Amino acid sequence: MLQNILQEIGIQNYIILSALLFCIGVFGVLYRRNAIIVFMSIEIMLNAVNLLLVAFSTYHQDAAGQVFVFFTMTVAAAEVAIGLAILVAIYRNIKSIDIDQLRNLKG
Amino acid sequence: MLTTLFYILSAITLGSALMTILSRNPIHSAIYLVVCFFSIAGHYAMFNAQFLAMVHLVVYSGAIMILMLFTVMMMNFNEEHKIKKKNYIVFAAVISLCLIGYVLVVALLKAQPMLESGDYFVSGEDYQSIKVLGKVLLEDYVVPFQMAAVLLLVSMIGAVLLSKKDKQNKITS
Repeated sequence: MLQNILQEIGIQNYIILSALLFCIGVFGVLYRRNAIIVFMSIEIMLNAVNLLLVAFSTYHQDAAGQVFVFFTMTVAAAEVAIGLAILVAIYRNIKSIDIDQLRNLKG
Repeated sequence: MLTTLFYILSAITLGSALMTILSRNPIHSAIYLVVCFFSIAGHYAMFNAQFLAMVHLVVYSGAIMILMLFTVMMMNFNEEHKIKKKNYIVFAAVISLCLIGYVLVVALLKAQPMLESGDYFVSGEDYQSIKVLGKVLLEDYVVPFQMAAVLLLVSMIGAVLLSKKDKQNKITS
């Protein structure tokens, strides 16, 4: 086993992978109307950023990046818990979670 | 050998992320997302970040996806009152995906690394075992660590409050 994977693969490949994964997440937010799928796309974007943080943490051989990833995971877990609770409340009221139907604030 | 593994894992990651977005059924989306998270945990394992890989599996594939799956199952979507997606939204989403991808990839391809690949060396110092991570987390980052605990507590209370049935509303409506 190599000591450091980046010697063999290179940081560029991970940067491109994270950028593509982030783009897929953005595409999901724009393309889907279902609020739960939008949440999943946000998770994909968070994971792309996490992957890049770990890649650079390995590149610098420093633990700070990984600690930051732990905090990102905490925030993601809190966000999903609150977000899904809000979605359940919305579903109870208007019987749909289509984000096109949430236009009460339109004025 | 490792490069091949990286390409296979990346293909799984990108493919399952795309299938998450494109599949019609929300339950299929959730299962594809679990596959995506597993492959990202594989990337972490390739970085030799063992603790992070395990935490990722437990938190994402375990907790978050189970929460999402339960919500999807509780909501019980009906196929019939599904609105037809407007054409211009699909068009705009595809265009913006291409533009964002183009800008990010081109900007990153043109970037020059700080070190030439020959100059990069591995110090051999241990920086990502559980021992070292625990020390860093509880010495340098102890205040954010406690704040994360407060955040989790607040989010738990908030989730309970939000998903509780509102009795006042029931009577009036």
